[in-house]
Amino acid sequence: MIETPPALAVTAGGSLLMLAILAPVAAILLSFALGGRFAERVALGLTPIGLAIAIAIAVCVWRSGAPLVYNVAGLPPPLGIALRADGISCVMLVTAALVIAAAAFYARANFATPEGVTEARAPLAFWILIQAVWAALTILFVGGDLFNLYVALELLTFAAVPLVCLSGKPETLVAALRYLMFALFGSVFYLLGAALIYGAYGTLDIVLLAERMRPLPAVWLAAGLMTAGLLAKTALFPLHLWLPPAHANAPAAASAVLSGLVVKGSFFVTIRLWFTVLPSLPGGAAEAVLGTLGSAAILFGSVLALRQERLKLLIAYSTLAQIGYLFLIFPLASGAHPWIADGWSGGMMQTLSHAFAKAAMFMSAGLLAESLGHDRIAEFAGAGRAMPATFFVLGLGGLSLMGLPPSGGFAAKWLLLRASVAADQWPWAIVMLAGGLLAAGYVYRILAPALSAGAIVLKAPPQRRREAIALALAIVAVALGFAPPSFFDFLQIGRAATTALP
Amino acid sequence: MSASTLAGLVGAALVGLGLYGLIVNPQPLRKILAFNLIGSGAFLVFGIVARRGAAAGFPFDPVPQAMVITGIVVAFAASALAVALILRLREETGNVSLDSDAPAKPPGDGAGAS
Repeated sequence: MIETPPALAVTAGGSLLMLAILAPVAAILLSFALGGRFAERVALGLTPIGLAIAIAIAVCVWRSGAPLVYNVAGLPPPLGIALRADGISCVMLVTAALVIAAAAFYARANFATPEGVTEARAPLAFWILIQAVWAALTILFVGGDLFNLYVALELLTFAAVPLVCLSGKPETLVAALRYLMFALFGSVFYLLGAALIYGAYGTLDIVLLAERMRPLPAVWLAAGLMTAGLLAKTALFPLHLWLPPAHANAPAAASAVLSGLVVKGSFFVTIRLWFTVLPSLPGGAAEAVLGTLGSAAILFGSVLALRQERLKLLIAYSTLAQIGYLFLIFPLASGAHPWIADGWSGGMMQTLSHAFAKAAMFMSAGLLAESLGHDRIAEFAGAGRAMPATFFVLGLGGLSLMGLPPSGGFAAKWLLLRASVAADQWPWAIVMLAGGLLAAGYVYRILAPALSAGAIVLKAPPQRRREAIALALAIVAVALGFAPPSFFDFLQIGRAATTALP
Repeated sequence: MSASTLAGLVGAALVGLGLYGLIVNPQPLRKILAFNLIGSGAFLVFGIVARRGAAAGFPFDPVPQAMVITGIVVAFAASALAVALILRLREETGNVSLDSDAPAKPPGDGAGAS
């Protein structure tokens, strides 16, 4: 029998990871069994429990300064499946818990089971699917096995696609179908890559693979296939065609989760692949390609966002651009230059601040559309006076997208800029500055007509409670800009060990 | 040519054919069939990979076979979801196309059918 190396040893508190997955899965089964309005109660009841588990995991990792590890059924890899939570897993778990909790409470107004019926299709589906998204994201963030991650990616797709077409309107069905096609393409390529890696190394455990990795041709092919698949799911340019219609047509609460979290799920797996499994591969060509695609996405997404007539589409195109920034982490946080810590912190900060800012903006867009009856930007004149809180949230979110201080987006872009200038990779810096200007342009396009004078009749004023939820998320996005240095040390937990490998 | 090589080549050919179909065919149903073709290719490659378990003393490595079974279940679920979406789209619009400018039937009781 092979002796268990220290990287695979189970740590105290590891069973929290199992609990983090079991809680939403049990809640899904309970919602499904009880049905009707119980699904809503179960989902809302799950949010504090899930948040508490996520925070408990983060506290454990922070105290020990090392990743949490748990072997399912006590079997260590390569035969068993390991669950691991490092610094970035923890922050993503907490972010997912906060954004999903906010989306759930925000969605109560739209997805309450109507009086007089015991069960309605859309509410039941929504409450079950949002818990399924949570379960899938949790598995993605703590999964330690490439095949396990494949199953989690599929679960995420199956939960996210129906969220797009909850209303059942034809255009939402087309958007959902197109999303599904891209996602299926992505998952089957990922699976093929996983098969090749298994063929080369006889394991799919991330830590074992990182130790055994050698630059074989099969590994390069597998890495290419898996990355292409993950990019299709993350909607990186030029595989982005599905994202704007899907995110713009979904109900606002679902858009917040899809744009804020779901695309980050496949991005997270890409990070796992390139920074944990493959960092010992030589050369920086692949990272440069990913960075170039990210740069193209920043420019292309921002320019298209500038040209949109409808607010939700504008926000969806801005997601394309902000996803581009995420991929600058690959050239800036890899290689040998001494600024990789900045690139890493900047990329993760962008992931977090975009999750909060974009969720807040989609929620505000939903409130606007409900109050005005449309979301055509040209007809917003006077709306800023009628719904000041909603536009304040859009402005705060926009602050983070542009990267103006003080905001999480500023911290992210500043760190990425510093890394790119210090590492002599200045083209990324130029793209980031151009992206910031373009973002300022499209945020101005939302706010300028709203703040101009005009008479506007609201169908109904937005509910204070729902505005407060969106505001809370936007404030978190701003507050991330004040993260102390110890937060960035936390993001490095579990990373030092893998980069130190030969 | 050994049986393993042949199976590997057939798997690669299936993936290639499926990818071509997925990109070229505009009809969603054909795209789903193409997706299943790529999936079959990937499963075949995975199955052949199981032969390498012979080094560990097994006649076959059982782990990839377990993964293939899981993969087949997932692909089946994905196909079912896609077909359900296509059926619903046909119910709503009368035609099935991924073209977003397709003419839409006036909105009926969109949330009614369960």
